[in-house]
Amino acid sequence: MERRPVLIGIHTGGVWVAERLHKRLGLEEPLGTLDISFYRDDFSQVGIHPQVKTSHLPISLDGRHIILVDDVLHTGRTIRAAMNEIFDFARPASIALAVLIVRDGRELPVQPDIVGAAVALKPRQHIKLTGPNPLGIKILEKTE
Amino acid sequence: MTTARPGNSHRLRHFLTTEDLSGQAMTEILDTAESFISVGEREIKKVPLLRGKTIVNLFFEASTRTRTTFEIAGKRLSADIININTSVSATQKGESLLDTVRNLEAMHTDLFVIRHPVSGAADLVARSVPNHVHVVNAGDGRHAHPTQGLLDMFTIRRYKGDFRRLTVAIVGDVLHSRVARSQIHALTALGAKEVRVVAPRSLLPAAVETLGVTAYTDMARGLKDVDVIIMLRLQFERMSGALIPSAREYFDLYGLTRERLALAHPGAIVMHPGPMNRGLEIASEVADGPQSVILPQVTNGIAVRMAILARLAGASALEGKTP
Repeated sequence: MERRPVLIGIHTGGVWVAERLHKRLGLEEPLGTLDISFYRDDFSQVGIHPQVKTSHLPISLDGRHIILVDDVLHTGRTIRAAMNEIFDFARPASIALAVLIVRDGRELPVQPDIVGAAVALKPRQHIKLTGPNPLGIKILEKTE
Repeated sequence: MTTARPGNSHRLRHFLTTEDLSGQAMTEILDTAESFISVGEREIKKVPLLRGKTIVNLFFEASTRTRTTFEIAGKRLSADIININTSVSATQKGESLLDTVRNLEAMHTDLFVIRHPVSGAADLVARSVPNHVHVVNAGDGRHAHPTQGLLDMFTIRRYKGDFRRLTVAIVGDVLHSRVARSQIHALTALGAKEVRVVAPRSLLPAAVETLGVTAYTDMARGLKDVDVIIMLRLQFERMSGALIPSAREYFDLYGLTRERLALAHPGAIVMHPGPMNRGLEIASEVADGPQSVILPQVTNGIAVRMAILARLAGASALEGKTP
């Protein structure tokens, strides 16, 4: 049984965080990246984004333990889409979720396993990762 | 009864000709297509983008490549696809094109892919369908074949890069070719350095230069130092009367042989939209040779058609729910 985990970052912010983690942990397995644009549940409302990045999973994920990395966990919809996409490639042994920031506002039963920081925000506020060099965090106020 | 709406406001919801698209809009489609290429290389070659949508391939003319790649493109996007060919359709019983479309619409079709021998047929249908239904032109008469035009641009960009540095020669039966028309508009919009058409005068449209191309009747001069050679099929079925003296003489003067290919830039690519007439417009050794990208064109057609279908289906979202 292969016990070494495979790190997969979600475009764009999650990839930046995953790249840092991958380096700091000194992982030998190559880093995977996911663009979940083709799996979004709001495609019929927002249409397609022309600059979709390519998902790149360099090794077979069958039977592997995956650590899925994103920048901010908010509604949980991105994570659902990411898991759907992973299962179109393979059947992993397990998936753990690591996020830099977890905030309130969940709409699906998705919870992180590894968390950098927990932040409570007002409904109009949202949080954005800037990067990749240097990595930064911005809290933006939505104006309507 | 259906009334066709006048004006051009319907054009954004449909994909009818490359003339409707700016260079930037084309580049966006090519970028989206690039990301669909990877879907075709996966174990499970499917994404759920168009799940629950119904696409009808409505073909009033024979086609293998275009119809099949549209079918695969739709299926890879998880849409349901129905193929209707003219040989089994009601139009032969006198049902009009728009009546056929209205019946299919009543079956909750979301998107029509139409090929028809009459120029303007797809546009006519596009004007008559309700707002939530999209139409893709898969070739209308001599007018346009915009998805072929775009997949050719995609292929050129993948092999040769920046259009602004490229000289492209389109060789052969330009007069009857809807593909050539779509290619010329696309190449111009994308800023190609020079677009040449190479053919005997009898196979060039009158005043072809007004499209922004340079016309050559001499093959050796026309191919000199070009980066891309696009060969066109001689369309005997659309020719009335003898436009070329004989097949043999045509090949002697305008066939793409290895010797003629050597006149082009050493890294030049050879393209053909298919179906090819081997030994008539192109020699087998060139069609199967190292500079040929004719089969990659077919593969790229799937990704480009996926991008176009996804863009249209997603466009309903941006329009709001106007009746």
